[in-house]
Amino acid sequence: MNIVVCVKQIPDPETPASQFAVDEAAKRVIPAQGIAPVVNPYDPQATEAALRLKDAAGEGKVTVISLGEDSARDAIKHALAMGADEGVLLSDPDFENIDNFQTATALARAIEKVGDVDLVLMGRASADWDMGVAPLGVAEQLGIPCVTIAKSMELDGDTLTVERVLDDGFQTVEVDTPAVVSISNEFGEPRYPQLRQIMLAAKKTVQVWSADDLELEDDEAGEDNRWLALEALYIPQVESNVEIIEGDSPEEQAQNLAHKLREAKLI
Amino acid sequence: MPGTLIIAETADGAVAPLSFELLAAARALADEGAGSVSALVAGDESLAQPLFEHGADAVYLAPAGSLDPGYAETGAGAALAAREAADADIVLMGQTSVGRDLGPLMAFRLNTAVAMECLSLAIDGGRLRAVRSCYGGNANAEVTWRGDVQIATLKPKALDPLPADASRSGSVTSIDATGEQRVRVISTEAAESTGVRLEDAEVVVSGGRGLGDPSAFEMMEELSQLLGGATGASRAACDLGWYPPSQQVGLTGKTVTPNLYIAVAISGASQHMAGMAGSKNIVAVNRDPDANMVQVSRFAVVEDYKKVVPALIEAIKALD
Repeated sequence: MNIVVCVKQIPDPETPASQFAVDEAAKRVIPAQGIAPVVNPYDPQATEAALRLKDAAGEGKVTVISLGEDSARDAIKHALAMGADEGVLLSDPDFENIDNFQTATALARAIEKVGDVDLVLMGRASADWDMGVAPLGVAEQLGIPCVTIAKSMELDGDTLTVERVLDDGFQTVEVDTPAVVSISNEFGEPRYPQLRQIMLAAKKTVQVWSADDLELEDDEAGEDNRWLALEALYIPQVESNVEIIEGDSPEEQAQNLAHKLREAKLI
Repeated sequence: MPGTLIIAETADGAVAPLSFELLAAARALADEGAGSVSALVAGDESLAQPLFEHGADAVYLAPAGSLDPGYAETGAGAALAAREAADADIVLMGQTSVGRDLGPLMAFRLNTAVAMECLSLAIDGGRLRAVRSCYGGNANAEVTWRGDVQIATLKPKALDPLPADASRSGSVTSIDATGEQRVRVISTEAAESTGVRLEDAEVVVSGGRGLGDPSAFEMMEELSQLLGGATGASRAACDLGWYPPSQQVGLTGKTVTPNLYIAVAISGASQHMAGMAGSKNIVAVNRDPDANMVQVSRFAVVEDYKKVVPALIEAIKALD
């Protein structure tokens, strides 16, 4: 069984708003001082899902692929330390600031290059742009079905049973492999890399593939060839008009709040 | 002249409210020169009239169930056919379990892009321009499309629907859904929820990681029940297993716009703000006067919630 997990390194989504800055001219986020990029929070769950399937089958290979700058190596290393077998970094100047359509195309080519893949797992979205488009895009480019926002799954032969999260409930679906599945935070805690595994991961190979290695056409990568053009990026303004409720004790503050809310006809 | 197609959804056999928000967005684009407004809905002809009344010029009917969650492959077949029949170069749908799958599928099949969870739309030089939130709500991005067809999903409650106009009518056309459905839906079940639905509640009381203790949610529930509202939670509290994920308010959870939102021990990280910033009146209970949630509130009590909330419950009871 061959499983590919796609992971992404992103600016830490817990970065306090006060330290978040944007270069409006370049339409890019300025990395916050002293806050290192992190693995996209949904992605370790995708790696965990792959490892559980491999453990249940007692065989198989998990290849982790990341498209990004050199810091994306850390996302790959994290998955390898969790137990993934091999890593591939998709790195090319033409991969900088591309959109999710282009990313999906590059990932699909890389998955074809890995070859003979039964299952592709990805996080449900990346917490930076928060689009959730890439899993469906990879599936479309590979001509295989996609199941999104999975909270659990089981593989029986070629049939994958997936429980997925809906806005107002849950849904159980079946799909034949090969398929793409995007994994949600409800999947459960990913395993924590142990020291021995981190040491082992350091010895695992990470191949580096460029746009040429993926045989991408000139107009399939490159910021100028985005299908969704980024026209502006800015921090939205918020004004504060807060009325702090005073009082000599918490009880009195609570009473004053209750009266304010009644006066404003909010309760 | 090209126009806009909206993908309407149904709930319990009626047109879902979000569909009317999409029609309001499409009508605003029509006023800016985007052409006529068509709507695709799955079900029988009785669904057409409410769509006309809220802004549709034409309605396309797909087979019932073809736009249900999990059926995006079938739905894409219907939506692509309707788009062609309507000659629409803009396609709008909700950021829902349906739209999350259908938008990207349509985009990839039409060799164009999709902008997800847009906050506002405008026509600029004859083309669609969308504003969407990114980086957990810390930044807004404005995007345009290179491809001919421009597809966007709209964040629920981002726009108000237009008032119904019973004099409006239009043409109704049936459309086949011919997409190959490779994903087989076995069962769909509603999440268990106690009391008022979070998205519909006029009052929401939410707790965050700052509660420090899962049992504190009993206090949140007591307050929300007293006010006839619903109880929510931040992502951090849900990730800790303190409250069900179905009650999560935020970027990766529900969007709520109640008349009164009481945020208890929630700092106001952008992740959470993205789901409740549209609330009409925000009240914060937080020990930190500099917390973002305090800054955006109408009223705030800067104190330990353990002392304030029980006293607030008693004070509200004493009002009546």
